[in-house]
Amino acid sequence: MKLQISSRLAIFALLELAAESDRQLSVAGIGEEYGVSNHHLAKVMNVLVRAGLVRSVRGARGGYQFNGNIRRTTLLDVIELFENIGADVSAAVGDRTSQGRALREVLGEIDDIARATLGSITIATMLKLVERRRNSGRRPRT
Amino acid sequence: MEASTAVAAGKHSLSVRRAADTDIPHVVALDERVTGLAKSAYWHDVFERFGQSRLERFFLVAEAAQAESGLAILGFIVGEVRAWEFGSAPCGWVLALSVEPRARLHGIGQALFEAISIEFKRAGVGKMRTMVARDNRLHLLFFRSEGMMAGPYIQLEKELD
Repeated sequence: MKLQISSRLAIFALLELAAESDRQLSVAGIGEEYGVSNHHLAKVMNVLVRAGLVRSVRGARGGYQFNGNIRRTTLLDVIELFENIGADVSAAVGDRTSQGRALREVLGEIDDIARATLGSITIATMLKLVERRRNSGRRPRT
Repeated sequence: MEASTAVAAGKHSLSVRRAADTDIPHVVALDERVTGLAKSAYWHDVFERFGQSRLERFFLVAEAAQAESGLAILGFIVGEVRAWEFGSAPCGWVLALSVEPRARLHGIGQALFEAISIEFKRAGVGKMRTMVARDNRLHLLFFRSEGMMAGPYIQLEKELD
């Protein structure tokens, strides 16, 4: 599956900020790390602020700080701020046919699994996964 | 496993040990509190098959090191090493895990999970597995937080006409 760039940026920004609870990062700092424009990232951060997941800190060394609960906030919570995952109820070609209904049943199965997966991975779990990837990258080849 | 392993979990000091037959009424009661269903015969049968120091089968319970909680059992976990089912190499399966609702978020599930992981490693397997209902968010969140990922198998079923 493919996520929209806004969803990906939101996840990356939250992971950066949640890695250290008192960490403050600017849009420019995060944008540079992931090679994206400040303009796009600023829009994403505004959505995260409105959702209460980050807070904006003013001042000379201002930026953004994580404001959520890393053990409660899931990837699905973040992604759904930007896009719908599955549960596509809009009409599609052939929906009224038995073939169309059968196809919708199969696609629904995929959507259910995607939602269950994204809804079961918290920011805390993602931070552990990131750490594991970092460590496996450091492991010397034998 | 040793008769009992003391574990510091959150603010509780825990002891994780193999289940004894006297624990089963408490296991039945805990399971009923969690699921709303009393399954006494089932849990006694599980104890017959998994308790009593059987090789490669584990029925572990967690209890407070001191009787501070007023609860006999804070949680339990059941698992076994299975080999070659579904074409799988030997692997540890977690078949059941439950934690007293009033004692959650204190590391009891994690202590049980770690204890059975150690047992699986001692039994010589390098992988463990479980199965969780897609809508069981609590269990999914827990097992994910312990590092479990989707495995190479897909569970399939059908209604029998």
